[in-house]
Amino acid sequence: MDKQGEAYWKATLGLLTKILAVWFLVSFGAGILFADMLNGIHLGGYPLGFWFAQQGSIYVFVALIFVYAKKMGEIDRKFDVHEE
Amino acid sequence: MDLQTTIYLVVGLSFALYIGIAIWARAGSTSEFYVAGGGVGPRINGMATAADWMSAASFISMAGLIGYMGYGGGLFLMGWTGGYVLLALLLAPYLRKFGKFTVPQFIGDRYYSQTASTVAVLCLLVASLTYIIGQMTGVGVAFSRFLGVSNETGIYVGMAIVFTYAVFGGMKGITYTQVAQYVVLIFAYTVPAIFISMHLTGNPIPQLGLGSDMVGTDVSLLQKLDSIVVDLGFGQYTTTTAGSTLNMFVYTLSLMIGTAGLPHVIMRFFTVPSVAAARLSAGWALVFIAILYTTAPAVAAMARMNLHATVNSAVNSGGDMFAAESSLKVEDRPEWMKRWEVTGLLKFEDKNGDGRIQYYNDKTTDQAVLDKAAAAGWKGSELTVNRDIIVLANPEIALLPNWVIALVAAGGLAAALSTAAGLLLAISSAISHDLVKGVFNPNISEKGELMAGKVAMACSIVLAGYLGLNPPGFAAGTVALAFGIAASSLFPAIMMGIFSKKMNKEGAIAGMLAGLTITLFYVFAHKGLFFIKGTDYLPLIGGKNSFFGITPEAFGAIGALVNFTVAFVVDKFTKAPPEHIQALVESVRTPRGAKAVDGRH
Repeated sequence: MDKQGEAYWKATLGLLTKILAVWFLVSFGAGILFADMLNGIHLGGYPLGFWFAQQGSIYVFVALIFVYAKKMGEIDRKFDVHEE
Repeated sequence: MDLQTTIYLVVGLSFALYIGIAIWARAGSTSEFYVAGGGVGPRINGMATAADWMSAASFISMAGLIGYMGYGGGLFLMGWTGGYVLLALLLAPYLRKFGKFTVPQFIGDRYYSQTASTVAVLCLLVASLTYIIGQMTGVGVAFSRFLGVSNETGIYVGMAIVFTYAVFGGMKGITYTQVAQYVVLIFAYTVPAIFISMHLTGNPIPQLGLGSDMVGTDVSLLQKLDSIVVDLGFGQYTTTTAGSTLNMFVYTLSLMIGTAGLPHVIMRFFTVPSVAAARLSAGWALVFIAILYTTAPAVAAMARMNLHATVNSAVNSGGDMFAAESSLKVEDRPEWMKRWEVTGLLKFEDKNGDGRIQYYNDKTTDQAVLDKAAAAGWKGSELTVNRDIIVLANPEIALLPNWVIALVAAGGLAAALSTAAGLLLAISSAISHDLVKGVFNPNISEKGELMAGKVAMACSIVLAGYLGLNPPGFAAGTVALAFGIAASSLFPAIMMGIFSKKMNKEGAIAGMLAGLTITLFYVFAHKGLFFIKGTDYLPLIGGKNSFFGITPEAFGAIGALVNFTVAFVVDKFTKAPPEHIQALVESVRTPRGAKAVDGRH
């Protein structure tokens, strides 16, 4: 792989790592591992851990995919590998 | 108009709509109506994908299971949506760039091996068949209620209809029909939820209603539900986890990577116009899926509340639930209970002979509850409600107007039929194209290939229907097994095919086989060999959930771990893939030069 290609792939993996970190934190973190702790805090009538498991993580997932699509498009153009 | 007539009318109208659109689209005779490739944007494609994806498990079964599980039910919600993130980030754009139509084709080319492709077909068949068993369970519930017959008869009728539907090409491939199905399905799901949320909390948005106070009080709905279920000996609603934290963790992970490994989901992304569109399509699909998935927890909790309130008047009045007059008199039971009794999915038995129905957890470990029940003369819980009926019965339980009940029936049928037909098509193409034509008889005529596909379809539906009569679990649970199988076999092979240039065919094949075998071994130990009742072998693995308390539905993540490990070890000791394959992987990683998909038949 040439230098340009390597840099592109590195940038891609960097973005994936960041997004998957958030993905993990909201679902496995807030929704499961720390749910009990977060349940002490309330969001309206929702205990917060319960909210993350049954509502919050889904909203974050949707946002994550759109952020990914946008950032990935920027990386594509920066390294000039985007589609016509 | 009476309820049954209204149901026939609404279901009939919804089907007329799908067929009408199909005819209109064909008459237009432009290719843009077929496959999402042409002029269809990511939004429309996302909506069609959502309709394709949300099956009987999501629509009919899931909220009922969450209602019983409480907080732990969140694993379905996070698992089946979080998988889209993995799909969008790790697979969809790269498979689109690769430009072949099926998963076995990708595996076969990337691992330069017919054997790898055949192993992938095997994994695909096992996962899809298990998935269809779950669908048939759901179809049986929907048809038994719709026609007012027993659950068995419902499954037989369902088998016949699914088969006809699938053989005539289903309504697949016609994006606008799927859009119509999505619209019917989402209306059918949200309208009753809005009514019920309004009624219980005064807030018409179910997602907010679930976090609101009960009408006329300053007690939140969840707090009230917590106290009712605890008083009746059930686990607290907002904190009861699914088995253990570890089990919930791996269960969620299984569903997520299973979503990203299921061939009929992945296939949708092969047909979008570009790599950029593949990324966006996954996002839009998740938006439309999220509308149902964020409503489901409200449906779950509110249905649970209404069910308890129906059987025990003290739930609403705030009196003593153990007082004799609080329990529902048998002869006063509402019409909906009688209607569901016909299907055999709802039963009651007057154990203490007092002419009233008591519903509580008689297996609770809470001695105080058992004492209270004994003092009140209760001799065990008298009501059995199949979890799979909750969503369909929900509008009836809440005494909503007939047209709403009919709409839910139409939505349930749309969800179950479209997904079952889609899976059958995936199975038939895997057998006829990848297996018969690819391996056994390369010279087969086009007509012979078509015939082989139809025979495969007929066999799988009979098999799935037979196993659906004695299902390995509730619809969503069975579908979860299918996700576990996909997670342990296909996902790792596809992912390594993209993210590791050095992964070779020996590693991938050994990994797939190891992941599939160990997962099936653990699942069959609990559910019987090939899901046949009575052939389970729990003593051999040391009892139920013997692997760190992990349930068979959750085991897919462990299987995937085994798959990755075996693949890397075998890869270390065998020859690196040839130069041109490494170049292929590099080209898959960059979007430029994505061509139209080929290899379609």
